[in-house]
Amino acid sequence: MTDPVTRPKTAPVIHNAVGPAQPAGLSALPRNQWLEVWDQFRRHKGAVAGLGFFMLMLLAVGVGPLLWDIDPKYIDIPARNAGPSLAHPFGTDQLGRDTLARMISGGQTSVAVGLMAMALSLFLGTLIGVLAGYFRRLDGLLMRLTDLFLALPLLPLLLVVIMLFRDTLRSAFGPETGIFILIVAVIGMTSWMQTARIVRGDVLAIKEREFVLAARSIGTPDRRMITRHILPNVMSPILVSATLGIANAIITESALSFLGLGFPSDFPTWGRLLFDSTDYLQQYPERVMWPGLAISLSVLSVNYIGDGLRDALDPRIRGR
Amino acid sequence: MVDTLAEPPPPLVQVRNLTMHFPVHGGLLQRRVGAIKAVDGVTFDIHRGETLGLVGESGCGKTTCGRAILRLYELTGGSVHIGGTNIAEATPDQLRKLRPAMQMVFQDPLASLNPRMTVASIIGEPLKEHTRLDKTERLARIHELMDQVGLNHDFANRYPHEFSGGQRQRIGIARALALNPQFIVCDEPIAALDVSIQAQVVNLLEDLQDRLGLTYLFISHDLSMVRHIADRVAVMYLGRIVELAPRESLYSDPRHPYTRALLSAVPEPDPVLAARRNRMILTGDVPSPAHPPEGCNFCTRCPQVMDICTTIDPEFREVEPGRFVACHLLTEPKNNQQGSLL
Repeated sequence: MTDPVTRPKTAPVIHNAVGPAQPAGLSALPRNQWLEVWDQFRRHKGAVAGLGFFMLMLLAVGVGPLLWDIDPKYIDIPARNAGPSLAHPFGTDQLGRDTLARMISGGQTSVAVGLMAMALSLFLGTLIGVLAGYFRRLDGLLMRLTDLFLALPLLPLLLVVIMLFRDTLRSAFGPETGIFILIVAVIGMTSWMQTARIVRGDVLAIKEREFVLAARSIGTPDRRMITRHILPNVMSPILVSATLGIANAIITESALSFLGLGFPSDFPTWGRLLFDSTDYLQQYPERVMWPGLAISLSVLSVNYIGDGLRDALDPRIRGR
Repeated sequence: MVDTLAEPPPPLVQVRNLTMHFPVHGGLLQRRVGAIKAVDGVTFDIHRGETLGLVGESGCGKTTCGRAILRLYELTGGSVHIGGTNIAEATPDQLRKLRPAMQMVFQDPLASLNPRMTVASIIGEPLKEHTRLDKTERLARIHELMDQVGLNHDFANRYPHEFSGGQRQRIGIARALALNPQFIVCDEPIAALDVSIQAQVVNLLEDLQDRLGLTYLFISHDLSMVRHIADRVAVMYLGRIVELAPRESLYSDPRHPYTRALLSAVPEPDPVLAARRNRMILTGDVPSPAHPPEGCNFCTRCPQVMDICTTIDPEFREVEPGRFVACHLLTEPKNNQQGSLL
């Protein structure tokens, strides 16, 4: 009745079209939803550009060391403070180390820290937000915990945590992996609170919607209620937190390295490079530019990816 | 629904003294300071295959009553037997096994469908939860259900926002039918639809009842629609049922003053009759369900209020076979108006 085209022409027009409302033999199989998401994602030009750039960045830091085989720790004093040249496309630093090689090896650490810390903080934030929003009994407890974490002074906390666990982790996993685990854990565990609060608010609103009641009348248990009905509907704020979280993690890592709490000083990361070059900002401004550009562009590309993904995951926006 | 057999079968749904109070918290420490008595002692039966209409004005507890019967809320008191099992005391596991027998169609068709799920996954959700069908069997059943409610198979991959109101309600009905329920609570299924679509949906519900032998609790504030679909009608006021009677006798000879006021509010299409008829217009507002009046709930607005009404709560009793009324007018033989009423 609302779709006269698909009704067989011979069918009589009845006031109440109950019964097969379609020509025989025409039954579409359910399409894979991820294919639809990808179709919509491709339409978002910014997101595709962002994804392309981010992939390029990953490729550069992943495969780069094989192509550009200068050791980032090799000190070549006579060639110090050189500008861009064929031998050193990004120039050298005050100790004559090749900036491109340091950028590549720093990128590996920075991107890995950013992604892992974001994933950890997202997981914690979503878990605590959903539990607090969905189960009323846990709400007070978990939200006070969130307040507690928000009220903690971050730097003293980091100092204490790193003091306490650095040596244990170093001896267990080796100096670099140990510090990596420590930094990811510390950043992840101190940045989940905003996500948790936003997610809790959204869960509280969605929990009262009628489709949740409908699912309860079907007998859907709580765990599937959360994964099937609640989580897909709080995807947007989670993705926004995720994209902001990567930027935040990269920048926090550089701040930690700068304070001497992070990776050792000769171990390059983008944040480390940035802070090292600030001393030479007036003489060699290009040296700040490279790590700054790398951080901003990767954060920007991740933001665009998140934007496109959020739109693609929402069926109401899909198809526009 | 008069049973000609000597031994009538037990009713499918037996609601006894159903009570649903929502606590009110207040003060500095958020102590419990009172309760909203949304449903306050409701008793009725629904026989297999019949439609019980539940009418009343906004806020009288119709929807709460419907949801409480399916135990979507934790009941404050009373019992609900559906097919012999007391829903009110079932454990979560037992309740989950009972869910397929009782389903619900919701008022707002868009709000009751998850915007992120396709029609196929919405209709398939109850099948996923309660049956062990594999993918192709489930799809076949989904298509069968879509046929039953008159939806095109091509719509299976679409999302709820792409449909009209009537189609959305059909999706909701298909979901309710998925597990072959015996009893469906229709919570104002037509209130959010426009008139032409209302007829379609009501006809669809009637067709399905005939074909599948369903039992409905049809909640509505649309008296003419209830007259069309219901076999018996219960009238609610402020959390209580004031009158329960077969459809024809209720509409032709309402006993409770509130029922009469409610029926006189139905518009009369004939202008000549409309000009002549004596409308009964109630004054005042419905009292708050947090502080219902002493005695009869309706005593603050009743045009025939007596002294006894403000002190003693009238009993909900059978005044003649199949007719239940809660009113002192029908129990006080001394009253003058009694003669004209009976």
